[in-house]
Amino acid sequence: MIDFNLIPLLPEIFLALVAMGLLIVGVGRGNEATNTVAWFSVFALAIAMIVMLGLNWDEHVVLSGMFKFDRFIGFTKLLILVGSIGALSLSVRFIKQMDMGRFEYPILVLMATIGMLLMVSANNMLALYMGLELQSLSLYVLAAFRRNSIKSAEAGIKYFVLGALSSGMLLFGISLIYGFTGSIDFTLIADTLGNLDFMPFGVIFGLVFVLAGMAFKISAAPFHMWTPDVYQGAPTSVTALFAMVPKVAAIALLIRLLYEPFGSLEEQWQQIIYFVSLLSMVVGAFAAIAQDNIKRLMAYSSIGHMGYALIGVVVASEAGISAVMLYMLIYLLMTAGVFAILMSMQRNQVSLEKISDLSGLSQNSPVLAYSMAVLMLSMAGIPPMAGFFGKLFIFQAAVEAKFYILAVLGVLASVVSAYYYLRIIKVMFFDAAVDPYDAHIPFARRVVLLISVIFVLAFILKPTLIVASAQGAAAVLFTG
Amino acid sequence: MLEIGLEHYLTLAGILFTMGVFGIFLNRKNVIVILMSIELMLLAVNINFVTFSSYLQDLTGQVFTMFTLTVAAAEAAIGLAILVVFFRNKGSIAVEDISGMKG
Repeated sequence: MIDFNLIPLLPEIFLALVAMGLLIVGVGRGNEATNTVAWFSVFALAIAMIVMLGLNWDEHVVLSGMFKFDRFIGFTKLLILVGSIGALSLSVRFIKQMDMGRFEYPILVLMATIGMLLMVSANNMLALYMGLELQSLSLYVLAAFRRNSIKSAEAGIKYFVLGALSSGMLLFGISLIYGFTGSIDFTLIADTLGNLDFMPFGVIFGLVFVLAGMAFKISAAPFHMWTPDVYQGAPTSVTALFAMVPKVAAIALLIRLLYEPFGSLEEQWQQIIYFVSLLSMVVGAFAAIAQDNIKRLMAYSSIGHMGYALIGVVVASEAGISAVMLYMLIYLLMTAGVFAILMSMQRNQVSLEKISDLSGLSQNSPVLAYSMAVLMLSMAGIPPMAGFFGKLFIFQAAVEAKFYILAVLGVLASVVSAYYYLRIIKVMFFDAAVDPYDAHIPFARRVVLLISVIFVLAFILKPTLIVASAQGAAAVLFTG
Repeated sequence: MLEIGLEHYLTLAGILFTMGVFGIFLNRKNVIVILMSIELMLLAVNINFVTFSSYLQDLTGQVFTMFTLTVAAAEAAIGLAILVVFFRNKGSIAVEDISGMKG
């Protein structure tokens, strides 16, 4: 049966056409067009989101089993698009200020977004690999985008080398799985593996390689070594994108891989993810304590957050997966707010990155200081902020599935990590004030910050709406 | 007479892949060597794919190889471009000079 239905791909096709069109506009008009191209990209992402909301969200598999769309994928794609819109609108003014306002920037963000949308929809190892590479290649260039900065170039090289290594490992794993199951289609792999009496060594070997490659992409320990350097070296607007969007895409792809093709290897992958999750939480909690650069601190904080999210993956229950999706949503919106503040840490058009540069912020610009305090409390998981509920649902799912050790260690790790979040609050409110920052904060940055803070504060008022959609998304993985 | 079978090809690919990984981590001299190691890893994967494709009498593996080759070319182009940017700033591409950030 030849199924050539392209309807579920409409958002991706639309974005790809827009990206190519904008590339032509940029080539014709040069860097003067940067603002136009950037705002048009944001607009296009918003249209893609509306188009996707209008699609049929029941399960669809099209293009001879290459491309899949269902509620889980749709929910993830919404997060990706929201994150990209946020990161791109934060960037527009910033790239101008940092003297890197070239028109390729928004186009690369668009390309990376298309890659992420394709990879979470992949129902075939080839589609997965191509989506992942489209995303990674665009992000390598973005990390090195500030050409005249040695740190940015260094971040680019480090990200490229370790990213290519992880893609190579992923690919090696895929080749073994292809060899031992005879197929690269997720559904066929699941069927073959489900009917085996014993697991061939090659499949387990391949699974380990694929998981190592994916762990690199979500920056989970012990594959996290690139994260601090890349977060610190890349321009802050790019770091914001890295922290928000690719993680959501990679964790959703990881969940799909584990529950669809490798569903019958649950015993094997549970051990691996258990270990990765535990190690990420510990690294995230302890390594961040000694940092004095706030972007580096955010890198370790994101490693820790991935550790908590992976607890929900380990427990292999519907409650666990819906908790992960909720956690990623909350994490994405919190991070957007934090980076909106970090981008405003400037004096005389020079970006500041030290934690000590925040000292006395509550006297110079109280609004920024209180917003940052709210976001930091939420990151630390202190009620009634949204971050508390993200952690609550994760730990609840872990306890229900009798993963007591993981839940207890998770709580302990989040107590340790509360130390460095609270230290930032202490520096802002109790240390002596230094010179104020540049007063002007662009409109888009204010809007992102406002949305983020309102979400974090207001989540407690009506959590059911968002929780229900996360549960609906998670349910499709368990009904089949 | 020695028959060359599946396991020989897989061993070869395994050895090449391992050499690639070690090339990235043990190399202390030059970033170009790292790029070559990455290429070696991807080519080892290609040997795997082609071997399985011939063994299983299934074309999918060879199609996958074509895609891998294309992506490897794009990857090399981007890697070299980033390397040029780094060289312009630092005036060196020695691995030991890529250490501005630590901690």
